[in-house]
Amino acid sequence: MSALPYGPPPQPTAVSAPHWAAGEHGELRVQHCEQCRRFVFNPATTCPFCLSGELTWVRSSGLGVVHTMTTVYRAPTPGTETPYVVAVIELEEGWYMFSNIVDCAARDVAIDMPVVVTFRQVSDDVWLPVFRPAKRS
Amino acid sequence: MPTHPFHNVAIAGVYNTRQARQLPDETTESITWDAIHGVLADAGMTAADVDGMNVTGGLSYPVPTPDFRWDPYKIFGGRPVWTGWATPGIVAILEAASAIATGQCHTVLLANGQVGAYTSHAETAPWTRPSNEFTEPWGLFTTAEFALLAKRHMHLYGTKPEHLAEVSATIRNYGHVNPEAVYHGKGPFTPNDVLASRMIADPYHLLDCSTTSEGGVGMILTTAERARDLPVTPAYLLGGAVDTVGPSYERAVVFDELAWVGQEAGRRAFDMAGLKPTDVDICEFYDNFSWEIIHQFELYGFCEKGEGGPFVMDGRIGPDGQYPVVTDGGTMSFAHIGQGQYLQRVIAGVQQLRGTAGARQKDGAAVVLASNTGLTRRPVLIYGSEQP
Repeated sequence: MSALPYGPPPQPTAVSAPHWAAGEHGELRVQHCEQCRRFVFNPATTCPFCLSGELTWVRSSGLGVVHTMTTVYRAPTPGTETPYVVAVIELEEGWYMFSNIVDCAARDVAIDMPVVVTFRQVSDDVWLPVFRPAKRS
Repeated sequence: MPTHPFHNVAIAGVYNTRQARQLPDETTESITWDAIHGVLADAGMTAADVDGMNVTGGLSYPVPTPDFRWDPYKIFGGRPVWTGWATPGIVAILEAASAIATGQCHTVLLANGQVGAYTSHAETAPWTRPSNEFTEPWGLFTTAEFALLAKRHMHLYGTKPEHLAEVSATIRNYGHVNPEAVYHGKGPFTPNDVLASRMIADPYHLLDCSTTSEGGVGMILTTAERARDLPVTPAYLLGGAVDTVGPSYERAVVFDELAWVGQEAGRRAFDMAGLKPTDVDICEFYDNFSWEIIHQFELYGFCEKGEGGPFVMDGRIGPDGQYPVVTDGGTMSFAHIGQGQYLQRVIAGVQQLRGTAGARQKDGAAVVLASNTGLTRRPVLIYGSEQP
């Protein structure tokens, strides 16, 4: 899976940097609203559900399931190794993010499959969260 | 029949310039001028008859073309006019119709053209590659994002690749018989042809996806009263609305959050029109990807959620069916110029109402529903041959 990342590495902002850096310590970080108790992702300065500014970074378990997925055979830019699997992950805390499924043949990835986060450092300050199949305990 | 201010607004002129994969003898400016001259001629007007405009050249997205917003001076020489700011398509029609219905102006010129935005075919088209921190690192682009929605629907409801292929073949066969289509004469296509084309991002094969091309498009809206005195058959607005949850291609594609955005807009549009889906003769749905047609039959209430796959089979959406879709060949075969194609969906329906669709004509077409359905913004417009 040396072809990662399949697109340009993210350019962290003041708002997003804690998310991208957390993978150095094996953590998947997401914001949590102290007022309405909901998880907020993508990172924001203000909760979109209650407009509170009290967002704190918390550690996600990194466990989830594949909400939906597609196997890409025609990459948007040349030089990208294909095929690769793009998925939407539903984390067990109830929030969602885009990612890739790694350490698994594309044909073996299925919707509702349990997955667990792992990280790939793709620049000095970014550890890209990707997911691999997980055995459900 | 309810009354609504939109009912006093009519589409009085429509025009598509020459459409082609590439137009090397044109520029964005020249093809947009062609669209302006052409639509004025279609409506039997000159610029002196117009007192509002929303004319753009090229793309607003992902990076705005220089001079995207046309300077009104270029067309009106300093005479003050109303200007609209919505991007090309149904949202621009709704904005202009609102201005006309509230008396801010009486006749609005809409136009857009694009040449030269997509030249290096090593990459997918520029409008398919939005730059976003939470999207692009994982290799996402528009085809993959729309595929994610389709895949979840297939998982939940058993929708099959054969259902998608039926849609693609139907739309491409309309383009095959449309002399103005970029892909005129390139068919006919069978569903098996679609399934045999190379995979882009499953479930989407090449022939399930929109194409890319260059060209221009124009439309003129005016009051129903003025339209009656023009040498064209007016198409009267019956209802229209738009639902938006945010910009596309930034947040994860979560089926329950996105799939039914636009359902309320559809209900509002039908309520304004005093109509229901079975009153619609032609469905000029936005056809960026094949499953989106199945999706929209569910979204706008033509069938139950999850039943869209079987619903599009057995000829129902073809020339002899109950709900012909995308009758000019759509973005899959007629043209996809970047943003102007949103306006072209509506024009295809106007041609049906005027009875000028030639081999593609559905006899007696009186009510059209057109849409510009995207991932996160879903505009819908209902219009017909008679003023309510």
